[in-house]
Amino acid sequence: MKITKLSDFFVTGDPLIYGADVAIGLTMVAIVVALTAFKRWGWLWREWLTTVDHKRIGIMYVIASLLMLFRGGVDALLMRTQLALPDSMEFLKPDHYNDIFTTHGVIMILFMAMPLMFGLFNLVVPLQIGARDVAFPLLNSLSFWLFFMGAMLFNVSFVIGGSPEAGWLAYPPLSEKMFSPGVGQDFYIWGIQISGIGSLMTGINFIVTILKMRAPGMKLMKMPMFTWSVLSSCLTIILAFPILTVTLALLFIDRYFGAHFFTLDMGGNPMMYINLIWMWGHPEVYIVVLPAFGIFSEIVATFSKKRLFGYGSMVFALMSISVFSFFTWAHHFFTMGSGANVNAFFAVTTMIIAIPTGVKIFNWLFTMYKGKITFELPMLWTMAFIPCFVVGGMTGVMLSVAPADFQFHNSYFLIAHFHQVLIGGVVFGYFAGLYYWWPKVFGFKLNEKLGRWAFWLWNIGFYVCFMPQYVLGLMGMTRRVSSYSWDTGWWSWNFVSTIGGFLMGIGFLFQVWQILHSIKFMKRVKGDPWGGRTLEWSIPSPAPFYNFAITPKVEGRDDWWRRKELAAQGIQDPPPKYEPIHMPKNSGTPIVMSVFWFILGFGFVFDWLWLIIPGAIGIAGTMLYHSFNYDTDYYVTVDEIKKTEAKAGRVV
Amino acid sequence: MAQHHDTHAPHGGDAHESHGSMKSYVLGFVLSLVLTAIPLILVLNDIVTGNAADVVLLVTAVLQFVVQLFFFMHLKEEKKPRYNLMVLLLGLVIVLTIVAGSIWIMKYNMVSH
Amino acid sequence: MAHVATSQSSHDHGHGHDGHHDLEALRMMGFWIFIITDCIIFGTLFATYAVLVNNTAGGPSGADLFEMPGVIAETFILLTSSFTSGLAVLSMNRGDKKGLIGWLIVTALLGASFITLEVTEFLKMIDEGAKISTSAFLSAFYTLVGTHGLHVSIGLIWMVALMLQVAKRGITPVTKRKISNISLYWHFLDVVWIFVFTIVYMMGVR
Repeated sequence: MKITKLSDFFVTGDPLIYGADVAIGLTMVAIVVALTAFKRWGWLWREWLTTVDHKRIGIMYVIASLLMLFRGGVDALLMRTQLALPDSMEFLKPDHYNDIFTTHGVIMILFMAMPLMFGLFNLVVPLQIGARDVAFPLLNSLSFWLFFMGAMLFNVSFVIGGSPEAGWLAYPPLSEKMFSPGVGQDFYIWGIQISGIGSLMTGINFIVTILKMRAPGMKLMKMPMFTWSVLSSCLTIILAFPILTVTLALLFIDRYFGAHFFTLDMGGNPMMYINLIWMWGHPEVYIVVLPAFGIFSEIVATFSKKRLFGYGSMVFALMSISVFSFFTWAHHFFTMGSGANVNAFFAVTTMIIAIPTGVKIFNWLFTMYKGKITFELPMLWTMAFIPCFVVGGMTGVMLSVAPADFQFHNSYFLIAHFHQVLIGGVVFGYFAGLYYWWPKVFGFKLNEKLGRWAFWLWNIGFYVCFMPQYVLGLMGMTRRVSSYSWDTGWWSWNFVSTIGGFLMGIGFLFQVWQILHSIKFMKRVKGDPWGGRTLEWSIPSPAPFYNFAITPKVEGRDDWWRRKELAAQGIQDPPPKYEPIHMPKNSGTPIVMSVFWFILGFGFVFDWLWLIIPGAIGIAGTMLYHSFNYDTDYYVTVDEIKKTEAKAGRVV
Repeated sequence: MAQHHDTHAPHGGDAHESHGSMKSYVLGFVLSLVLTAIPLILVLNDIVTGNAADVVLLVTAVLQFVVQLFFFMHLKEEKKPRYNLMVLLLGLVIVLTIVAGSIWIMKYNMVSH
Repeated sequence: MAHVATSQSSHDHGHGHDGHHDLEALRMMGFWIFIITDCIIFGTLFATYAVLVNNTAGGPSGADLFEMPGVIAETFILLTSSFTSGLAVLSMNRGDKKGLIGWLIVTALLGASFITLEVTEFLKMIDEGAKISTSAFLSAFYTLVGTHGLHVSIGLIWMVALMLQVAKRGITPVTKRKISNISLYWHFLDVVWIFVFTIVYMMGVR
C-alpha cells in the first residue's frame, strides 16, 4: 500500500483511539525507562526472552493472556455500553462497533483462551508426568514467541492501519478485497497465521512429551486426568489447525494475488470458506474446553479428598470428544442451504457429542459424593462451572435441532449460548486452574478473601449479563447490531445485561488487586499446599529449574497420594542418589526468528516488498543457523543439584 | 526423559532408524513404477473409461501410497505401541472427512447452487 | 555435542537418565506428527480443488491446459528421486558417508529438474492466459500444485544444508536422525504428488 499521508498509516479521528495511543506510548516509555534505570535489560534477555524452561514460558503465556483478557474485556464493555444507550448518543459509530466485535472475538479465543491454555500446559504437564522439560524445549520457546508476535501484529492494527471489521471468522465475501479494501483484514490473516504456526507446534510438542517422556512406571492409564485432557486437546490441535492455516492462506491468496476461491465472481464460492473455517472452528472450541475438563477433574479429586470417580470413562469421554469434534461442523451453518440430509446428519452428530460431556458431569458429581469437600478458590470455581456449563450445554442441544436453529441462528440466543459455555466452561476452568497451580508456580497462595469477592462478582455478573441475552434472542435481536429502536422493547433487557458485563469487569479488577495484594503480603507455602494427589506436588514450590532431582518411579494412579500414605505408615523413600541432568541451553533463536516473522507479516499487510524480503531471508537464515548449531545442551552437575535442593529445603 | 515403555521392550536405541534393505527399496520402486504405468496405459488410451477409469486411477494411487508406506517409510517396523501408525490413521480419517464432507456439503446439495 | 555423544555410551543404561538416543527418537516422532499435519494441509487443498474444479468461469479447463508428456516426466523423476533418497539412507546405515552424500546429490538434482519442469509448465500456462486470477479452478490448481512445488523447493535447500553437515560432522546420531527425516519428507512429497498426478492431471485430462 502506498502511504501518502500520515492518516494512511495511523488510525486517526477517534478520541478513544487517541487516548489509547497516548496510553500505549506512555506504557512503552515507562517500561523502557524502568528496565534501563534498574539495569534489567540483560536479566530480561538471559532469564526470560531466551529461556527454554517450560515453567518460565508458561508464566509468559499467562501474563500475555491476562493482558489480552483485559483488552478483550474492554472491547466487550464498550459494546455493552453502546447497546445500553442505543440511539440516545452515538457512543460507538457503527464502523467502530464492527471493529470492536471483530477484535473482541479474535482476541478472546485466539489470543486469550489459547495462550492461557498453553500457559497451563507448560506450567503443569511436565511436572505431572515427572519430566524435566517438554520434548522440544527450543520449539516450545519458538511457539510462545510466534504466538506473541502474532498477537502483537493483530493488536497493532488498532492504532496502525485500522482494525479488521468482518467478524471474528472473517466470512467472505465481506472479508474479500472488494468489500474490505483496508489493511485490517490482512492484519487479521497474518496475526492469526503466525500465532497459529506456534499453536500447531505446541500441539506436536505436548503429544510427544506426553507419549514419550512420562516417568518410568507411569502407564497411559496411570496418567493424571489433566495430562489426558492435554493429550486429547493437542490431538485435536494437530488435526484442526492445519485446516485454519490453509483456509486463511486461501483468503490471503484471494486478497493478494486476485485469486477466486471465495469471491462472488469467476467461479468462487464463499460458502466453501464457511465450510472450511468451521472444520477448524468447531474442533477449536473443544480444544479450549477439554483442558478445562482436565482441570476440574484434578480439583474435584483433590478437594474432595477422593480419587476421581470413573477414571476410565473420563479418559474415553475426553478422547472420543477429541475425535468426534470433527464430525459436527456443519451445525454452524444449518441455514446455508446444504439441504435436509446434511442438516439431519450434523444435527444428530451434534446431539451425540453431548453424551460424553454429560458422562463427565456425573463423574465429577460422584467424585464429590461422600467426599470431605473443602471450598477453597479452585473448588469454588469448579462448583460454579457445573450448573453454568450444564445450562450452556442444554441450550447448545436446543441449537443443534436444525429446524429450530433457523429461528435461533445469529440471534442473541446463540450469543448467550456460546458465552455461557466459553465463560462458564473455559474461563471458569482456567481461573480454577490458575488458582490451583499458582502456589506451585510462584510458591505462595493467592489471597482467599479478595478471591471470593472476585468469584461472586464474576458469577453474579455472568448471569445478570447473559440470561437477558437468551430472552433478547427469542425476542428477535440479532448479533452484531450497534443500535436498535425503542419500539423493539429490547432496551430494558440490554440495560440489565450491560450491568452484568460491568460486574464481571469489576470482578476482573478484584483479581488484579488480589494478585498485587498477594505479592505484597506474600506467605510462602511448601511443596504441597492443597494436599495434592499427583506428582507436581511432590517437588518444592516453585519447582527447581530441572523439576525433579531424581526421576520418580511411578507405581499407581495419584502416585504422590500413594507415597504420602506409605510415608504415613512409616515407609520412607530410599535416600536420593543424584546423577548429572541433561538440560537444553537457552537460545535467542526463537525470539529472533519470531521478530522476522513479524516483519514478514507486517510487510505483507502493507504489501511492502522492502520488508517482506528481509523478513523471509531472516526466517530462512535463523532456521539454517539453528540447523547448523550443534551446541544446544549441557549437563547439570551433581554438586549444583545438591545445592539447589538444599536451598529448597530438601534433605541432601 | 526416560521412555515409559522401557519396561516391556528393551529399546536398543535404534527405534528411530530407517531399516529396509536394497531388496525392499528396489521392490518398492518397481511396484510404484508399475502402479504409475497401469493408469497411464489404461486411461490415456481409453481402454477403460467413465467411472471405471476413476476407480482404476484412485485404486492404483492408494496402492502406491501403501507401497511407499511399507517399502520406503518402513511403517511395519515400528515397535509397539505403534503411536506413529495410530496418528497416521487418525490423520487419514480426518483427511477423508475433510474431502468427502466438503464434497457432500458443497456439491451434492443443489440448494447451494 | 561431542561430549554428549560420548557420555551417551557411558550413561545409556535405561531409566533415570536421558541418553541421546531417546532424544533423537523423540525428534523422529515429532517430525512424523509434523508430516501428518502436512497431510491435513494437502487434504484441505485437495478438498478445495475438488469443490472448485468445475468452476472454470468460461476460462480453460484442465483438459484444455494440461500437457501430459511433461507431467509424466515429472512423475517418473520424482518417483526415482524417492527411490534414490532411500538409497542414501541405505548408504548411511552402512556407514558409507561418500555414498550417502552421493545419493543425496542425485536426489537433489532429480528434485531440481522436477521443479524446473513444473515452473516451465506454469510459465507456459500463464503465457497462454491461464492465470491464478482467471477462474476459481485455476486458483485451486495453482495453489495445490504450487504448494507441493514449494515443499519440494524447501526440501532442496534443506537437503543441501544437510549435505554440508554430513560432510563436516560425518554420520552421527544427530545427522542420522536429520537424514532419516528428510528422506521421510521426500517419500511423503512423492505420495502427495501421486495424488496430484491422479486427481488433478489424470482425472483432468480424461
